[in-house]
Amino acid sequence: MTDRFNLYRYASPATFYPLAGALIPYFAAVSVVFGLAGLWLGMLVAPTDFQQGEGYRIIFIHVPASWMSMFIYLVMAFWAAIGLAFNTRLSGMMAQALAPTGALMAFLSLWTGALWGKPMWGTWWVWDARLTSELILLFLYIGYMALTAAIDDARRADKAGGILLLVGVVNIPIIYFSVKWWNTLHQGSSVNLTKSSMAETMLWGMLLMAMCFWMYSIAVAFARVRTIMLERERHTDWVKALLAGDEK
Amino acid sequence: MKSRHKKLALIGGALAVIGIIAALVLNALNSNIALYITPTEVAAGKAPQDKLFRIGGMVKEGSIARQADGVTLRFVITDTEKDITVDYKGILPDLFKEGKGAVAQGKLTAAGTFTATEVLAKHDENYMPPEAAKAVHDAQTRAATAAAADEKPKASY
Repeated sequence: MTDRFNLYRYASPATFYPLAGALIPYFAAVSVVFGLAGLWLGMLVAPTDFQQGEGYRIIFIHVPASWMSMFIYLVMAFWAAIGLAFNTRLSGMMAQALAPTGALMAFLSLWTGALWGKPMWGTWWVWDARLTSELILLFLYIGYMALTAAIDDARRADKAGGILLLVGVVNIPIIYFSVKWWNTLHQGSSVNLTKSSMAETMLWGMLLMAMCFWMYSIAVAFARVRTIMLERERHTDWVKALLAGDEK
Repeated sequence: MKSRHKKLALIGGALAVIGIIAALVLNALNSNIALYITPTEVAAGKAPQDKLFRIGGMVKEGSIARQADGVTLRFVITDTEKDITVDYKGILPDLFKEGKGAVAQGKLTAAGTFTATEVLAKHDENYMPPEAAKAVHDAQTRAATAAAADEKPKASY
């Protein structure tokens, strides 16, 4: 049994803690490389847009942030489902570690969207379905963090937060398809799995930036989950041994 | 069935129920979620009376005209089937152009025109360099003239 590769082994905080620590520098480095390449392509190589001129370049922050805000929520909901079903310790910690990054991405998406909307549409904000549902996503993140912070018992906090996360999942397809289902001021999606209505260099710049945001999110979430592990497992032998080792 | 599998099934079932509820609620709210209505819907009498609402569509080619008072702008919003004439005094966004999308907020007048208090530009999801846009435009014009040339003999029969 011992030589067989076992994924469940990494569900234990004691084994995941050093693994996450070892992986953080790699994800951080890859994120920086993707980010530099993406900014170079997006800001210097990609052509000027025919209708929006140079102003469209905020897309290289706006779209990756929006994608990550939705994707991180789905990952958190996945961990919440695993945690509720299998009663694993790590899943709740992962959801909590991801929440601030998800909220940051949702905020960035709304903020860059407002900065973009003013010169192009003529308004900072409009209550259309896309903008409103993304705002609800930001509130879901904040609500999740407030709820889990308000409950002292970590396991009960995870359960309550997990249910909130799972109920809120319904918002993700609403955000994504809002521009298709209803009349919105926000334009339809330029890119999906089968088509792209962007010039190629623009598209590559955006995909590289999305990879940069993705890798950044993983690195930051790992760093955060490590501190959550230490805090929650402070009474266990492995944390005591680890901290004792640090002091020597 | 193990208890954790039962739990997983329960979570899946609960999610499905939430999804169905959300779908029903959204369906019921459908008309309220739309940011604007089209000129065709206005013609069908769906526009609220004496209340601000938004109309959306394309700004008709060649329709933007400054009125005699020097500040009022008159243009036509169309969804290619129906048109609405819009009067507006104020600042227009840079992307407000003939042949491009626009959303106007305001009220219908007794004469059937629309007096706007705010006009926003709605751009499409295409991003390309100006040369590519020109190439696409030229190709479309060529196709349109070719189609028109094909039409003509038929029409004369």
